[in-house]
Amino acid sequence: MREQREDGYDDLLDALESDAGYYLSCPAGHGSLPPRQVCPTCGDDELSTEPLPDTGTVVTFTEIAVPAPAFAGQTPVVVIADFGPVRLTGRLLDDSDALEVGSEVVPTVASSPDGGRHVGARLASER
Amino acid sequence: MHAVRIAGAGSTAFGASPERTGRDLFGEAARIAIEDSDVPRADIERLCYGNFVGTVTECQGHQAPLMAEAAGVTAPATRYESACASGGVALKSAVEAVRSGAVDVVLVGGMERMHNVTTEQATEGLAMAADHLYESRTGVTFPGAYALMARAYFEEFGGTRADLAAVAVKNHRNALGNDKAQFQKEISTTDVLEAPTVADPLGLYDACPITDGASACVLVSEAYAEENNLDASIAVTGAGQGTDSLALQHRESLTRTPATTRAATAAYDEAEIAPSDVDLLEVHDCFTIAEVVALEGLGLYDHGEAIDAARSGETTRNGDLPVNLSGGLKAKGHPVGATGVSQVVELTKLLRGDHINSTAVPDASVAVAHNAGGTVASATVHVLEVRS
Repeated sequence: MREQREDGYDDLLDALESDAGYYLSCPAGHGSLPPRQVCPTCGDDELSTEPLPDTGTVVTFTEIAVPAPAFAGQTPVVVIADFGPVRLTGRLLDDSDALEVGSEVVPTVASSPDGGRHVGARLASER
Repeated sequence: MHAVRIAGAGSTAFGASPERTGRDLFGEAARIAIEDSDVPRADIERLCYGNFVGTVTECQGHQAPLMAEAAGVTAPATRYESACASGGVALKSAVEAVRSGAVDVVLVGGMERMHNVTTEQATEGLAMAADHLYESRTGVTFPGAYALMARAYFEEFGGTRADLAAVAVKNHRNALGNDKAQFQKEISTTDVLEAPTVADPLGLYDACPITDGASACVLVSEAYAEENNLDASIAVTGAGQGTDSLALQHRESLTRTPATTRAATAAYDEAEIAPSDVDLLEVHDCFTIAEVVALEGLGLYDHGEAIDAARSGETTRNGDLPVNLSGGLKAKGHPVGATGVSQVVELTKLLRGDHINSTAVPDASVAVAHNAGGTVASATVHVLEVRS
């Protein structure tokens, strides 16, 4: 079943899939993620598209032993990584043995077994 | 501004009652609260009602008229939804309605029924409080979200799982003898540390349970209480609400909860109190780490300082600042839409002297209730004070 496309969000995932991730920035330099009509920090409606840094630094992570139904039978590892002006939550697609706070990750796109696309992350050290 | 008094308060027993309908649960809580108040049903001018996932678990939208009917009330009724803070925002609206002079009597309450669906379905329903696109789709569950916060806290400030376990041990101990509580049994630090992991670093005993239940209060204006010679010695003197970004990734800090701080600042200002005036609290301990960040957000501890508050005994029954004497969400239970009101039901009884744990706080005069939604994207704070 084809999942309903979400403008802005799926555009970002398409870009991440092409190694061309981006974020939105207002004139004051506040970063945000699409879709946005205005900057969530200051309300400015002049938003430019800026390239997302190639790697982000993991600030926290968890391995979820009791998963949501979409990940039944798995123990998904989720990280939040700092990319400078923005942070991204993503599911780790590599073995988590080497994962720690401070690890560098590369953003990508992942899918759950039910087909839902979302942000993924790969350890830069595994690339 | 019209002063607000609590004329009546009551809850159902909290726990697993999968065969009881939501309307039956709320009807019971409302009946207890109305009987406790001595207010005639015909005088109730509004129902403010909190519920989160009833559209999922009972396939029941438009619950407010149903719950008014269950309570035997014909007043205008509205459902409030703000995830786990649904009860708190319903309460704040009820307080504002009385304060404004628009009404003199409000029935406020909440209900949640979740044991009638599978644990997986309940978990999925609760996860709807997170950002669906940027969090839930990646696999973040609610325990997962708080686990992300717990690890970030440990990284920034230090602390251990044993520190968090002390919160669970304390709140279970507080629930002993509370006949409304879901778990009335002690647990040990070892029990917490050896429980199955739910989302690393949090285990099963770091989490509150899935709970069915309902709570309600009757709020009245001070003038109405005096005219009708009501025994309504507890006043709501402060009410605040705060909002933050829904997704953790959009927040400046993963260890601070500015929604709580904003709500507390507003509530303390209204009540003209400082954090140092607070004698006891019910705070939103959906996970052990949540109690820690709540106490810091409320201004009772500096950031990074509340991690050992339970372990050191400061927030235990005999400590300087008893927290969650009811057992908290952790042991009393967390019927989501009811929780914000249930905290005030418990505090009202604690302050009136008719709670099993009132003996722990015989001279208390100022209490605070803190209710949070999601990963504290929503928060409410209410200040209760004893009046003559």
